[in-house]
Amino acid sequence: MKMITRILLLIFLPSVIARDLCKDGKDGYKVRLSIKTALGDEAYEWNESEMFLFRSSLAFAMRKYTQRETFDISNILVCNETKRVSFVFVVTSPNDSTKLIPKDHVASAVRQHKHRINSAFLLSDGTLEFVGIPPTLAAPITYSTQPWLIVFGVVIGAVAVGIVSLLMSTMTRRRRAADKGVDSGQEEEQMEGIVKGNGTSLTRLESKDGVYNQAFSNDERFTKL
Amino acid sequence: MDVQENKCTDLVEKTDTKNADQRPKWDNKAQYLLTCIGFAVGLGNVWRFPYLCQTYGGGAFLIPYLIALVCEGLPLLYMELAIGQNLRTGSIGVWNSISPYLCGVGLASMTVSFLVGLFYNTILAWVLWYFLNSFRNPLPWHHCPTALNLTEHIEECKQSTPANYFWYRETLNISPNIDINGGIEGKLVLCLAAAWCIVYFCFIRGIETIGKAIYVTAIFPYVVLTIFLIQSLTLPGATLGIQNLFSPNWETLKDPRVWLDAATQIFFSLSLAFGGLIAFSSYNPQKNNCERDAVLVGCINSFTSIYASIPIFAILGFKAQTNYLECINSHVNTWAVALNISDNNVTEASYELWFTHLNSTNPSFVKEHNLKMCDLNAFLNQSASGTGLAFIVFTEAVTKMPGSQVWAVLFFIMLFTLGLSSMFGSLEGVLTPLLDLHIIPKRIPKELLTGLICLVSFTIALIFCLRSGNYWLEIFNSYVGSVPLLVIAFFEIIAVVCVYGVNRFSDDIEWMTGRRPNLYWQVMWRVISPLMLLVVFLAYVIVEAQKQPTYKAWNPNHVDFPKAEDQPYPSWVFNICVLLPAVPCCLIPLGVLYRFIQLLHKYTTDRNTPEAYDVET
Repeated sequence: MKMITRILLLIFLPSVIARDLCKDGKDGYKVRLSIKTALGDEAYEWNESEMFLFRSSLAFAMRKYTQRETFDISNILVCNETKRVSFVFVVTSPNDSTKLIPKDHVASAVRQHKHRINSAFLLSDGTLEFVGIPPTLAAPITYSTQPWLIVFGVVIGAVAVGIVSLLMSTMTRRRRAADKGVDSGQEEEQMEGIVKGNGTSLTRLESKDGVYNQAFSNDERFTKL
Repeated sequence: MDVQENKCTDLVEKTDTKNADQRPKWDNKAQYLLTCIGFAVGLGNVWRFPYLCQTYGGGAFLIPYLIALVCEGLPLLYMELAIGQNLRTGSIGVWNSISPYLCGVGLASMTVSFLVGLFYNTILAWVLWYFLNSFRNPLPWHHCPTALNLTEHIEECKQSTPANYFWYRETLNISPNIDINGGIEGKLVLCLAAAWCIVYFCFIRGIETIGKAIYVTAIFPYVVLTIFLIQSLTLPGATLGIQNLFSPNWETLKDPRVWLDAATQIFFSLSLAFGGLIAFSSYNPQKNNCERDAVLVGCINSFTSIYASIPIFAILGFKAQTNYLECINSHVNTWAVALNISDNNVTEASYELWFTHLNSTNPSFVKEHNLKMCDLNAFLNQSASGTGLAFIVFTEAVTKMPGSQVWAVLFFIMLFTLGLSSMFGSLEGVLTPLLDLHIIPKRIPKELLTGLICLVSFTIALIFCLRSGNYWLEIFNSYVGSVPLLVIAFFEIIAVVCVYGVNRFSDDIEWMTGRRPNLYWQVMWRVISPLMLLVVFLAYVIVEAQKQPTYKAWNPNHVDFPKAEDQPYPSWVFNICVLLPAVPCCLIPLGVLYRFIQLLHKYTTDRNTPEAYDVET
């Protein structure tokens, strides 16, 4: 009789202890999964097998983090499961199943391998949450040359080419006009002189008859007053 | 004698054609029309009119808008085009010809054109900066940048939105108030230099090069607007936005402010009183139907405003819808987390029921998490105008569209070409009077002169590249681009109606177009337009004087951040605010004074010197 109770106790003790360790909750983390939000119609059912996968991926994360200690599924204890899918887990040391791994170690392990854990469940940082472990955001991409400078260089180069070509065409046009001026001789020069001398009176001739002869109409106004 | 006479007439004819050739002219009528349309259609058509339309009761706003177009816009437009075409000089020459005492009006026009060109091109520099950044994937204003510890985003960005952060911090690096100048922003200086180079490239030979560039800069915006129209109508929530825009609220017509805003919108939208339109039409042949041109330009400008508001508001409706769904999702997440509700039990349709149920059963929870019910109408009414619309609201909307880089690039090229064609008008309003004053020696080629204008403008506009530059730009925008234009336009119409005479003006128009202006134009010019201008000017000054001179500052340390902080202008800044419109306006009476002094001087010198041919019998 005593043997049987002792054997029964030995069998059930780990699980009792385990539940106690988990329920104490000081070194545990709450996990929330939003499978339906992430996958919609392709959402899978959360069952024992999925929980098994979770525990094994967490054990994998702990193994990679410590790099020597061999964590096993039995070291990941889970409790407080709800239908929303959320639960609390704690990690026990592989050497001593009554000792818990401290929180910050678990947090660092999870952070380093969050991406792998996410991928195992086809979820993302938003839909697989470890309450209290903020996700590592993607590092800002640093460029050797800012991308806007490249486009700027292209635009400025094109504009500079355009301006230079326009200025060149102006200079060749002037040179050609100067050459033509020299060839046609004195008559042109005389006419140029007349144009420059009496600019006002002649420009107005092409408009109506004598109304806007500025030189005269202005004087009229002055003398009237 | 005969031979001599023939020689004389030959010389006269040759000089006539030579002078006619010396004034540049448009290659064809289409260039002239496109340039005028491009000048009138600017950034305001895209980011001011839709905002006014939505604020003032949608479809109902079109009534005061169209009345203002008919009573004020078209007559003034026709008058400017006709007078430029008739007298064939820029703004200074035109008003000087009508009366030497009005030389101040032309100078005021030129000054306002120059000042407006300064800040307008700075806006184009900002547009260019956004264009350059639209080639990144993902768009830089899509997500908040991460802080150095890689666990969270930058605080300033988290409190406001990524689009706000990119505009105020990464683009402008704005200082908390106007007193703090901050340093100069290097990237803005580069963009400003590029913008002025592009303007110089198009403006280098005056209308010769403008006429070629205008084919692209005037037509491209319409192409892009059509593309946006088609694309935006396919987005969810588009019909919501358009309904919000056009649903008429007839009550607003009782508010006089609506009529004032409609009148000022039409006036500023048509770019009157800058002298640019006078300059453009002065390069026309004199026998040209300017009446048809004026009606065409005015109607196309209004049509463009209405046409542009449709895709803008469709996209804003899409943005409101998306924000609403995101709001619901975040609320659902909060509840699901706190109350352990299974995910996906609360959907968009059942959101309202859940919220009211929650509010009644667990009000403390609602208060604790500061949950306000997501309201679609509140999102729809979050509109903005001006740079806020283009650089914050619209960029945010673009990030939610598929293929956002393409839409961002198209949008910013459209804004750039819209602004560029308006810049041409401002600069012509400066260049043509300078050339007509004949103070520039003929040796200086036009290319050098335009280059100097661009260089001087760029140097002065560097103040807008300071960290407080945006505040200064707002000052220039509200004080220079408003009151002086109304004053100049009033004096213009008084000059034509009272000094020159509408009858004489009508005779000139009959000679140019072959048709005398009909009763509608006569009534408008003589009575209605001057009266309307006077009323609008007085009302505008009274309304502005009643407002406290404050500005909205972006201060991350402000208590209500991300709301903008209302700061009053310091006294030295306020003096500048008063000085800026006063200087162009004072040029008008100063012109009168100058001519009067000239007259007195001539009178006294004539009296003192004896008459040369005074023969007393």
